[in-house]
Amino acid sequence: MAAAAKAGEATLRHAFGNVLSFFILLLIGVLAFSIRLFSVIKYESVIHEFDPYFNYRVTQFLTKNGIYDFWNWFDDRTWYPLGRVIGGTVYPGLTLTAGTIWWLLNSLNIPLSVETVCVFTAPIFSAFASWATYLLTKEVKGAGAGLTAAALLAMVPSYISRSVAGSYDNEAVAIFALIITFYLYIKTLNTGSLFYATLNAIAYFYMVCSWGGYTFIINLIPMHVLLCIVTGRYSSRLYIAYAPLVVLGTLLAALVPVVGFNAVMTSEHFASFLVFIILHVVALVYYIKGILSPKMFKVAVTLVVSVGLVVCCAVIAILVALVASSPTKGWSGRSLSLLDPTYASKYIPIIASVSEHQPPTWPSYFMDINVLAFLVPAGIIACFLPLSDASSFVVLYIVTSVYFSGVMVRLMLVFAPAACIMSGIALSQAFDVFTRSIKFQLLRILGFSEADAGDGSSANVVPENDAVKVDKSEETIKERPSRKNKKKEKEQMEKAQAEKTSAKSKTEKRLLVLPMELSVIGLLLLVFMGAFYVVHCVWAAAEAYSAPSIVLTSYTHEGLHVFDDFREAYAWLRHNTEVDDKVASWWDYGYQTTAMANRTVIVDNNTWNNTHIATVGTAMSSPEKAAWEIFNSLDVKYVLVVFGGLVGYPSDDINKFLWMVRIGGGVFPHIKEPDYLRDGQYRIDSQATPTMLNCLMYKLSYYRFVETDGKGFDRVRRTEIGKKYFKLTHFEEVFTTHHWMVRIYKLKPSKNRIRGKMKKSKSRTSTPSSKRSGSRKKNPWQ
Amino acid sequence: MAKLLLYLTLATSLIPLFSVAFSPENPTDRRVLVLVDDFAIKSSHSLYFGSLTSRGFQLEFKLADDPNIGLQRYGQYLYDALVLFCPSVERFGGSIDVASIVDFVDSGHDLIVAADSNASDLIREVATECGVDFDEDPAAMVIDHINYAVSNFDGDHTLIASDDFIKADVILGSKKIEAPVLFQGIGHSLNPANSLVLKVLSASSSAYSANPKSKLSNPPSLTGSAISLVSVVQARNNARILITGSLSMFSNRFFRSGVQKAGSSIKHEKSGNEQFLTEISKWVFHERGHLKAVNVRHHKVGESDEPAIYRINDDLEYSVEIYEWSGTSWEPYVSDDVQVQFYMMSPYVLKTLSTDQKGHYSAEFKVPDVYGVFQFKVEYQRLGYTSLSLSKQIPVRPYRHNEYERFLPAAYPYYGSAFSMMAGFFIFTIVHLYSK
Repeated sequence: MAAAAKAGEATLRHAFGNVLSFFILLLIGVLAFSIRLFSVIKYESVIHEFDPYFNYRVTQFLTKNGIYDFWNWFDDRTWYPLGRVIGGTVYPGLTLTAGTIWWLLNSLNIPLSVETVCVFTAPIFSAFASWATYLLTKEVKGAGAGLTAAALLAMVPSYISRSVAGSYDNEAVAIFALIITFYLYIKTLNTGSLFYATLNAIAYFYMVCSWGGYTFIINLIPMHVLLCIVTGRYSSRLYIAYAPLVVLGTLLAALVPVVGFNAVMTSEHFASFLVFIILHVVALVYYIKGILSPKMFKVAVTLVVSVGLVVCCAVIAILVALVASSPTKGWSGRSLSLLDPTYASKYIPIIASVSEHQPPTWPSYFMDINVLAFLVPAGIIACFLPLSDASSFVVLYIVTSVYFSGVMVRLMLVFAPAACIMSGIALSQAFDVFTRSIKFQLLRILGFSEADAGDGSSANVVPENDAVKVDKSEETIKERPSRKNKKKEKEQMEKAQAEKTSAKSKTEKRLLVLPMELSVIGLLLLVFMGAFYVVHCVWAAAEAYSAPSIVLTSYTHEGLHVFDDFREAYAWLRHNTEVDDKVASWWDYGYQTTAMANRTVIVDNNTWNNTHIATVGTAMSSPEKAAWEIFNSLDVKYVLVVFGGLVGYPSDDINKFLWMVRIGGGVFPHIKEPDYLRDGQYRIDSQATPTMLNCLMYKLSYYRFVETDGKGFDRVRRTEIGKKYFKLTHFEEVFTTHHWMVRIYKLKPSKNRIRGKMKKSKSRTSTPSSKRSGSRKKNPWQ
Repeated sequence: MAKLLLYLTLATSLIPLFSVAFSPENPTDRRVLVLVDDFAIKSSHSLYFGSLTSRGFQLEFKLADDPNIGLQRYGQYLYDALVLFCPSVERFGGSIDVASIVDFVDSGHDLIVAADSNASDLIREVATECGVDFDEDPAAMVIDHINYAVSNFDGDHTLIASDDFIKADVILGSKKIEAPVLFQGIGHSLNPANSLVLKVLSASSSAYSANPKSKLSNPPSLTGSAISLVSVVQARNNARILITGSLSMFSNRFFRSGVQKAGSSIKHEKSGNEQFLTEISKWVFHERGHLKAVNVRHHKVGESDEPAIYRINDDLEYSVEIYEWSGTSWEPYVSDDVQVQFYMMSPYVLKTLSTDQKGHYSAEFKVPDVYGVFQFKVEYQRLGYTSLSLSKQIPVRPYRHNEYERFLPAAYPYYGSAFSMMAGFFIFTIVHLYSK
C-alpha cells in the first residue's frame, strides 16, 4: 500500500517534471528566437552582410523557378564571363529549408515574402538547435544538464553572431543539423536501435546539404568509435551506431551535387572508411572469440595478426603512395589550413585574406563564450564521473573543437555548442550537489525525526550499497568488454530497487554533503555567474552582433548617424545602368552587387577561381592605363570601390588593398608587394611609394578627396594622403554616395580620334624644333 | 525576363553613327558649311564645289571670321559636314573654335581641311587633333627636285606631280587615276602607330619639306615618302576627315591644267586632281565604303527562334546581313572574308561566314564543350570601310541533370555487379534466417 502510494507519487513527480521540462524548453525556444530579434528591432528586417545575400538570391530563384531549375541553374551574372553552375556548387540545405518554409506558409495562405522567411530562418533554427542540445545533453547526463545546456546555447554569443535575424547563412541551419546528428548518434549508441541509426544517417544528410563543416562530423564520429574500440568498449550498439551511418550517410552525401564523388574520393572522408574497416575486423574478432575456445583463439590471433600485419602494411603503403602523389595530398586548402595553421598564409593568400579564417585572439573567447570558458573544465571532469560512451563522445567533441576554434575564428561556432553542453553539465552537477547538501542540512536542522529515520535507513543501506559495489567490481572484471550491457543491468537493478532508492540515494547524497554555508555561497555565486552570462549575452546580441553591416550607425554627440551608403550605391547601379553592364569590384561586394543591384559581376564571394580574382586584384594594383585594358578586356563598364576615409569606416578597399596586391602578385608576378610598401610599411601619405600613389585603387579611392576638407585627411589611416590633386584619364566618376563610402566609376570609351604629336598648348612664338623631340606622351589607346 | 538576359549590343562605335551622323534614313540631305578666307575662293575653286552641288550637297559659304557663324544651335548641328578652305584664319568667328570642330567630328560629322603654305596655327591645331602633324616650320613647303611638274610658272620645284596613291578602290574609286595629281603646299607627317589615319597621296622618296626661299642649313625634318600630301582619317565613330596641305590643288587652275612629270615624256592633257579629289570626296561624304550590319540572328540548327541560352555541344546557326551605301541606296555587300567568333576571353570558334551574294552572311557551328558567357563577335575592319564590330552576348550552360545518358554501355559490369550483389544478399538473408 505504502509502496504503491510512493510509486504513484513518483510517477506524479515524473509527470510534473516532464511538463515543467516541456514548458522550460518552450521558453528556451522563445528566448533563443527573441534574443536574435535585436537586429530587426534596432535596424530593420533586412538580410545581413555578404554571403546571406547570395543565399537570399538563390532562395528567390528557387521559389520562383522550382527545384529542378535550381538544381540546374547556370548563373551568367557572376564570374563573368565564366559563369557559375550554382546548382552544383552550392550547399542547398539552407535554401531548400527556407524555400520549404516559404512554400508551406504560402500554401497555408500566409503570404510572407521570401525575404521575411529568409530573415527569420536563423532564429527559428536557433530554437531548434537549443532543443537538440537538450536532447543531446540529456542523453549524456540527464534532463537537468540538458535543460541547462539548452538555456546556455540559446544565448551563447558565438552562435548569436551567426544566427541573428537576417544572418541568412549556412551556419544558421548547420549548427542545428550538427547537434541533432550528434544526438542521434549518441541515442543510437545508448539504445542500439536501427531506427535511430537510420534517422542519424538522414540527419547527417541534412548536415551535408547544409554546410561544408559536415567533414567535422564524419571525422569526429570515427574518432569516437576508434576511441571506444581502443578502450575496449566495443559493443553491438557501437556497430549499429556507426556502420549504417557510414554506408547510408556516404550514399546520401554523394547525392548532394556539391559533394558528389568527393564523398569517397577526398582525404577528409578516408578516416571514416578506415574506421569502418577496423570496426568490422573487431566485430569479426569478437564473433570468432565467441565461437572458439580460448586456446584456439590465441592460436588464431597469432596467425591472423602475423598475416594481417603484412597485408595491412602493403595496403597502407599503397594508400600513402597514392595520396602522396596528389599535390595537395588529397586535402582541400581549407582543410589543410586546419591541420597546419600556417598553411594558408604560406600558400593560399585568398584563404588567409578572409578575416574569419584567421586564428582568434584570447579576448574573442571571452567575448564569444564568456563564463562558459571557466565552466568547461568542470564539465569535462563531470563527464569522467563516470565515463560512459556518451560522455566520452562529448569530451572528444570539445577537445577537437577547441583545437579547430583556435585555428579559425569561424569554427568558434562549432566549439560553442560543445562548450554549452559541458557548461550545462558542470552547472547542473554543481547545482545538484549544492541543493542536495542544502536539502540534507535543512532536513537535519528542521525535522529530527525524519533525519533520524533517514539516518537509520542509511545505516541499514550502507552495507548493502557496499555489496552492490563489490558486485559491480566483480562484474567489471568478469565481462569488461561489454560494459554497456552491464550498465544496462545496473540501471535495471536500480529500477528494481526503486523503492529502496530513496533511502539509498540519501546515503549517496550524504557522502557528498557540503556544509550549509558553503553550499549557499556556492549557489549564490553560481547564480551570480549565470546572471553575468545572461547580461553579457544580451549585451552581445543587442550591441555587438546585430549590425547588418550594410547599414552602419554611429553615435556622436550630435546623435545617431546612419550610413546607408551601400544600398544607395546598389540602388544607383540598379536604376542607372544597363541590365547587362558588368561591374568590377573586389570580391567582397560581388554577392551584394548581384543580389541588390542585379548587375553582372566579375568576381564574388564564392572564391572558386583564384586566377579571376587575381586578375581583378592586378587591375586594382596597376596604373590606370593597364587597369583600363584589363577591365576592358573583361567588358567591364563600371568599377566600384569602397572608401572609408571620409567617415572612418575601417574595412574599406584601401585597407584590403595589400591582399589584392598579394593575390594579384601570386598569379601575375609583375605585381610585387614591396613596390607598394615603404620600408615594409603600408602607407598612403606623402611617404608612400610612387607605385602605390599611381595604382588604380589609390586613385579611385582618393579622386577629388581633397575637395572635401581641403587637406585630404584620411580618417581611417589618420594621415593626409600623399597625392592630392590628380586627374583620371581612363575612368570617370559617375557616382559617389552621401558619405563617400561607395564610389562608382565608369570606364571611358576609347577615344574617337588619335591626336597628333604636337603639343596642345603650343605657344605661338615658341620655336617648333626645340619642343619637337620633347617627351611625347605615348598614346594610351594602343 | 529570359529575353532580358540576352541582348544585342552594336559596339559603341556604331551607335553614334546611326544616331547622329551619316543618317541611313535620309542620307542625301547633306548640308555642308564651307569656311573660306575670302569669297574669291568660291569662284576660283568653282569646279570642285560644282561637283559637290551636282551630287546633291547644299553648300553654304561663310567667311571664316564671320561673327555669326556657328555649327550648332540649340544643341542641334546645323550641318552634316564642314569644309575648311581658310588656311590663314587666326581665329574663327562666331562660336566656332578648335574644340567645337573636334566635337563636331566626335559626334560623327565629316570634315575637309585644306592648309596652305601660310597655314595658321589654328588650322594646324585642328589637323593635330585629327592625328596629322603639318611641318612645324611655317615657311616650309614640299619640294621635289625629281618628281616636280613641268610648268611655266614655277621654278623652285614646289609644284609636285605625284601619283603615289593608296591602293584602295574603296577610297579612290575603281577607275584608275591615270594622270598625276598636282600639289603645291605644305607636307605633313603621320604617327605610324596611329591606326585611324591613312596616307592617301604620299610624296615621292626624293621629296623633302623646307623653305624654298632660303638655303638649307639643317637637314630637313620631313623627308621622302614619310611626307604625306593628302591623308584621310576615319575616326572610331566612322566620322571621316580629309586633310591636305594644299588648298590650290582644289582650284580650277589645277583641275584644268595639263601635267607633265619631270623626266617623263608623257604629257597629260588634264591633271588627275579632279578625278582624285572628287573620288575622295565621295569617300569622305560616305558615298562609298560605308557598311551597315542588320538582322543579327542566331538559332539552333533546325529551329528558327532565338534561344535565351545554349547548351554545350548544341549546333547553331549565326547569320547577319551586311549592306553598303552606294550614294543612293543600300546595296548588298559581297565579300568572302567576313568572320564570326564565338568568344569568351578568347575565340573558341572562328569561322568564315558564307554569303549568298545578296548581303546575307551565315555560318553553322557547334558550341564548344565549355560553358560560360559567350559572345558572337564580328570584327570586320578593312581598309577604307567603316569598321563593323558587332557583339551579342549569349550564355552557354552545361547539361541538365537529366540530359546525360541514362545507361552507359561501358558501365554494364558495374550494373551487373550491383544487381547480383543485391540478389546474393537477399538469398543469403533468406538462407541465414530460415535454414535452421
